[in-house]
Amino acid sequence: MTGCGFDDPTGPAALSGAMTTAPVATVAQRVVSLSPTATEILFAIGAGKQVVAVDDQSNHPAGAPVTDLSGYTPNVEAIASYDPDLVVASYDPGDLVAGLEALGVVTLLQPAAATIADTYDQVLELGDATGRIAEAVRVNQRIQAGLAEIASSGAGGGLTYYHEVDNTFFTTTSSTFLGQLYGLLGLSNIADPADEAGFGWPQLSAEFIVDADPDLVFLGNAAWGESAETVADRPGWGAMTAVRNRRIIPVDTDMSGRWGPRVIEFLAEVRAAIEGHAG
Amino acid sequence: MTPTPPREPPGLRPVSLHGWWLVFGLGAVGLASMAGLVLGPADLGVGRVLVELADGLPFLEFNSGLGERQQAIVWEIRLPRVVLGLLVGAMLATAGGAYQGVFRNPLADPYLLGVAAGAGFGATVAIVTGAGDGIGVLDPVPLAAFAGALLAVALTYLVGATGGRLDPVTSLVLAGVAVASFFTAVQTFVQQRESETIRQVYFFVLGQLRTAGWDEVVLLAPYTVACLAVILAVRRRLDVLGVGDEEAGALGLEVRRMRLVTVVAASLGTAAAVAVSGLIGFVGIIVPHTVRLIFGTSYRVILPLTVLFGGAFLVAADLVARLVLQPAEIPIGVVTAFLGAPFFVVILRGARRAS
Repeated sequence: MTGCGFDDPTGPAALSGAMTTAPVATVAQRVVSLSPTATEILFAIGAGKQVVAVDDQSNHPAGAPVTDLSGYTPNVEAIASYDPDLVVASYDPGDLVAGLEALGVVTLLQPAAATIADTYDQVLELGDATGRIAEAVRVNQRIQAGLAEIASSGAGGGLTYYHEVDNTFFTTTSSTFLGQLYGLLGLSNIADPADEAGFGWPQLSAEFIVDADPDLVFLGNAAWGESAETVADRPGWGAMTAVRNRRIIPVDTDMSGRWGPRVIEFLAEVRAAIEGHAG
Repeated sequence: MTPTPPREPPGLRPVSLHGWWLVFGLGAVGLASMAGLVLGPADLGVGRVLVELADGLPFLEFNSGLGERQQAIVWEIRLPRVVLGLLVGAMLATAGGAYQGVFRNPLADPYLLGVAAGAGFGATVAIVTGAGDGIGVLDPVPLAAFAGALLAVALTYLVGATGGRLDPVTSLVLAGVAVASFFTAVQTFVQQRESETIRQVYFFVLGQLRTAGWDEVVLLAPYTVACLAVILAVRRRLDVLGVGDEEAGALGLEVRRMRLVTVVAASLGTAAAVAVSGLIGFVGIIVPHTVRLIFGTSYRVILPLTVLFGGAFLVAADLVARLVLQPAEIPIGVVTAFLGAPFFVVILRGARRAS
């Protein structure tokens, strides 16, 4: 899998601007971020002081200027009231970019990364827009080194896993960004046969999961009340290896759903949980 | 208009429920249930599942060769799911049939009086407020859905009862439309405010049996049994009601009370079913109409058979939902409409040709 590899995170090719809707001519001084991942990147590259507002889901880092702006249902007027010279979003419901363009505001659309190479590109793109290109390169080098170190640990070698998105058994395959992260640890995914279309987020049935009997269960929905106990209580799940061996591992919903610099922290936590259980 | 007693209305012609029709219905239930137990994304082997089921019967000892996890799949995942499918399917179909009789409206379905919108509203509030923690073992989403459904129907009845010059049936149906629209609007508003929960709400709205276990069966069974019993008990009077309110009154039927009892039983049962399964559409329309087209127009015949075929239909639809894209699942509401609608068209055309 080349996608999760270690593409050059510093190269200028990333700046060709495929995702840029308009050239960022000058250094942005008033940035509005509607994407929690972009918020994390902006602060990681030291552009936090240039950020005037972030959306209601941007809960990291603690100092980010959280507002009630929404990234899901963005309101152009509300965004414009912060007088931004750059807006970063991960999603355009239809008229966000056009609406801001009409007001003369430049928008960067940075959709969810498909591979780690996309993350590197987005970091560089934000570094370029905010005049922090050197810091952006350093952040990318840090991510790259962290991933390489985690990959060399082989912590999850030979183990199978099921990552639960919600309690209707939506999950990820190994092909998504999140699945590639788990893959770096050497883990193999039980859901791949369920996703012939390659969408990456199939829904499984309970009996398939019980029958597949993964070694590890990661709960991406622990924040919504699921836990090792609730999983063990599910009909038929008590007989599973992961339940027997108490290898039900809650993971941080935010970190597992974002593609910014904290992928390293996320993987370190997963690795610690696996190794902690291994003994 | 005065009733003319000498001529017996067509609905009152004695129509008996043939024994073999019931056998046919029970056969459909048995067949669907068996298929639901032996087939699934986990390949357990048909023969081994049958042996395992036989081993579960009292006084019989067999070794199916199934491992512990595979036995758990049969007894704790597939069997409760089949039972729940029978209960929900029977309840929704029969409630639909009862509504069609009591409102004399072929388009009446179990959600006519706002049950669906109320349940959707209740579930959304529970999901959005994250009431999941702290209540303990009871999942708050079904409870809130149940409460919302009852609230909506009660509101419909209150509004509909003050209908003034409209006849009571029209007044109730219109009140149901208004209440449903109102609750849907409130639900949409609440869910827009908390957009990350939209998907959970969406799956409730599409209906599901996927997380079913014995707990849900135990919760639902008493409501289903009691409500079905009430509806079946009034089926004779539904035939009488078919001639019209005034005429039925002249024939000695207490129309208002009879309508209230039927609506309460059908709504309560529907609310309980919706609370555990989400909103499964179309069952309440096609099953009673299909039974009517095949077996005749008397509710004495329609309702008992609708109980059986409703259960069998939903179990079969759930099996399709599990198998089509296995090991992924599709929402059962999609299957009931996708399979049910064309099937119903075939039945309808056949019936028109025959008449």
